[in-house]
Amino acid sequence: MRHTAGALLVGLAVVAAGIAVAMLRVNPYLYFAGYVILQYVVIATAWNILGGYAGYVNFGTPAFFALGAYTAVVLIQWMRAPLPVLLLAGGLVSALLGLGIGYLTLRLRGVFFSIATLALSIVLQTMIMNWDYVGGSRGLSVLRPSGPPFGNYVVFLFTVMVALAVGAVTVARFIERSWIGRGLSALRDNEEAAECMGVPTLRLKLFATTVSGFLLGVAGAPFPYYVTFVEPNSAFAIDYAVNALAMPMIGGTTSWIGPVIGAVLLGSAQQLATVTISSEMNLFIVGVVLVAFVVLAPEGILGLVRRLRGR
Amino acid sequence: MAGALLEVDGLTKRFGGFMALNRVTIHVNPGERFGLIGPNGSGKTTLINCVSGSLPADGGRIVFEGHDITSMPAHRRTRLGIVRSFQIPKPFRSMTVLENLGIPLENAAHGRAAEGAGAMEILGTIGLASKAHLRPAGLTQIEMRKLELARAMAARPKLLISDEAMAGLSSAEVDDILTILFRLSAQGITIIMIEHIMRAVMRFSERIVVLDAGERIAEGTPDEIGRNPAVEKAYLGE
Amino acid sequence: MFSWDLLANAVVAGLLLGGFYAAVSLGISLIFGLLDIANIAQPAFLILGSYAAYVMNEAYGLDPILTGILFTPVFYLLGALVYRVYYGSFERRGEESLRGLVFFFGVLFIIEVSLSLKYGVDYRLVETGYTGKSIEFAGVGIAFRYLVPCVVGVAMTIALYLFLGRTFYGRAIMAVSQDQGALRLMGADPVQIKTIAFGIGIAAASLSGALLISIAPVIPSTDRDYIGRMFAITVLGGMGSIGGTLVAAVILGVVESLMSTFFGPSWSLAVSFGILLAALAVRPAGLFGR
Repeated sequence: MRHTAGALLVGLAVVAAGIAVAMLRVNPYLYFAGYVILQYVVIATAWNILGGYAGYVNFGTPAFFALGAYTAVVLIQWMRAPLPVLLLAGGLVSALLGLGIGYLTLRLRGVFFSIATLALSIVLQTMIMNWDYVGGSRGLSVLRPSGPPFGNYVVFLFTVMVALAVGAVTVARFIERSWIGRGLSALRDNEEAAECMGVPTLRLKLFATTVSGFLLGVAGAPFPYYVTFVEPNSAFAIDYAVNALAMPMIGGTTSWIGPVIGAVLLGSAQQLATVTISSEMNLFIVGVVLVAFVVLAPEGILGLVRRLRGR
Repeated sequence: MAGALLEVDGLTKRFGGFMALNRVTIHVNPGERFGLIGPNGSGKTTLINCVSGSLPADGGRIVFEGHDITSMPAHRRTRLGIVRSFQIPKPFRSMTVLENLGIPLENAAHGRAAEGAGAMEILGTIGLASKAHLRPAGLTQIEMRKLELARAMAARPKLLISDEAMAGLSSAEVDDILTILFRLSAQGITIIMIEHIMRAVMRFSERIVVLDAGERIAEGTPDEIGRNPAVEKAYLGE
Repeated sequence: MFSWDLLANAVVAGLLLGGFYAAVSLGISLIFGLLDIANIAQPAFLILGSYAAYVMNEAYGLDPILTGILFTPVFYLLGALVYRVYYGSFERRGEESLRGLVFFFGVLFIIEVSLSLKYGVDYRLVETGYTGKSIEFAGVGIAFRYLVPCVVGVAMTIALYLFLGRTFYGRAIMAVSQDQGALRLMGADPVQIKTIAFGIGIAAASLSGALLISIAPVIPSTDRDYIGRMFAITVLGGMGSIGGTLVAAVILGVVESLMSTFFGPSWSLAVSFGILLAALAVRPAGLFGR
């Protein structure tokens, strides 16, 4: 109980700090970059709930993210829905996608789930590109609502993302410390043994894909207001796929801290790099770093720290 | 059969064209010490996989305490009290020995966890208390086998299926495991023992069933089985 | 708008496409279907083969099929190398599942991005001596551009089938996919056999990639279009069945062609994905699987 109260206080403190930063109105670039990094905290944390805790690798992060974004586009076009509705709807639709793909493939070996998610993004992208209501392949312009808090919509979105990041990390931490998290660890270590020890493996796997999908959709829902011009190539960017993998793998997959470390480190590095190198070169480096970590330091930074401390 | 704890009725299992179990029927009585033997490939582990729910059967029925569990998923069967250990130990490698026991306590024994021994007590009775905070990677062969049994015990079994827990162990280690199983039986737990080490099975079992090539070929007391020519033929060939 | 002519053309085009798809899927059929290694980087090697054919054609005017054949040993060595890294880092330690998958994704990603860096995102196509020519058969026009890859694809399938069934190494590969212990008793080293098999699987991408770029324009991200197709075909055909791969490839080709003709080309990817999901949901062993 004490732990939980302490954690909640820390979370609230972070949100308060975010609001303070917003009110200070420092260099505007900070809010743009900060938004992206915090968005990746949510994405990496979401990916890790399924990938790190349960051991099921999702290669289709762009699909879930973009689905959240395009659900928001639909609701904006249709009824100018307010942001909380966009967040909830985006999360729910992506959650359903997670549940659906999970239901179809999770009774088989984990490999088939991964293969299905790999093919998922390109299929969904093709479908969106043929849907004119959301702009098709040409894209769609989205008008930000007027009179935002803090006087500037990007600054407002920044604080929203701070709250979402805190929320996502809180969810991950809660799962990790509960019987669900322990059950997921057991099924990750040895699924057959876990099932025979009473762990309801299928139910837990579906839970993990649904929650992971939900958080990815929530991360994508503010995207239309952030970019103001939504088109499939940016919503489905492969950056999301590789970063969602690389950030938890670099930070460490066994705990909620890992994805946060990975997102902050890799996200900041990428924001700094975009001014000096091309985006393709940036992706190339991420790919190499990913492979290097997977081969040489599979437990990520957390694992290295643990080993240094002699545990 | 009235009063039986476990009834396996006409169980059939195929792998492609290969018939692993051919309408096998056995019953196990409450509190019984039951031995299941047979040459390699006779279907013993397949039978156990079907009873525990790891594999779906292709035909037949499985009834436990009067409930038909034939299509029940494995984790629910475990919660009912059917617990098996694995021939090749499958510990949860990222957890300590103590945490390994925490999983069945939390899941299989859900609701029944408060009764009976806690995790440390179980480790104490089995001789692993000093290793409670180690990871499985730091355990010896026999310690891994004991962990399998300890985990099964933490699941609060009514029916414990021990799948070749003694394979490859020394004579003293075999006696060690046997003592543990006898003690569990004395507590009222029904035990099915699958073993190749004959002296252990003969000493332990009250009743034995013999499988060969997926069929039940003999049933009886250890004495009867020992004198049964069909059993000898199955093991030694023509 | 329906007509029997349109239908006949769509079916024939689908059959031809199927032969080509078989070539594309042979690598995965071998590596994933038989060896059970989820090499999701395979489509990237396919595209790598396409670019090799493009570069050779631009520089020396070489016919793509010739390039494909010439580069086969290079791809074989590349495949053997990739497998060795995979084996040493993951398979030997028993951690294939999560990290092995991420490793292959990393390889896929690095290849795709490298091609992007080197050749940009313009569409590339290779015109051959027979592009644009066609023959008439029973009232249906058959373009050489589709016929030649189909024939080569079927030939590759037959060659692999014969190799697996009739040669020592081929049979060793079949053995290793079923029982590694027995293989050791035969005096063969399972790791060496798997290295050879993986190498052959990647080598197949050299020629099939060359065929690809003679049929349709290619950019580095084209590999993503083939992920669904490769795995759909391997799962539908049955894991470990080379003949099944050909049958499934033809089925996929025909269905894609029909959907494309009557509902528009943007549905073709959804077809392979749908078939993949349906096969996994209904009959994961596939049509001819073990």
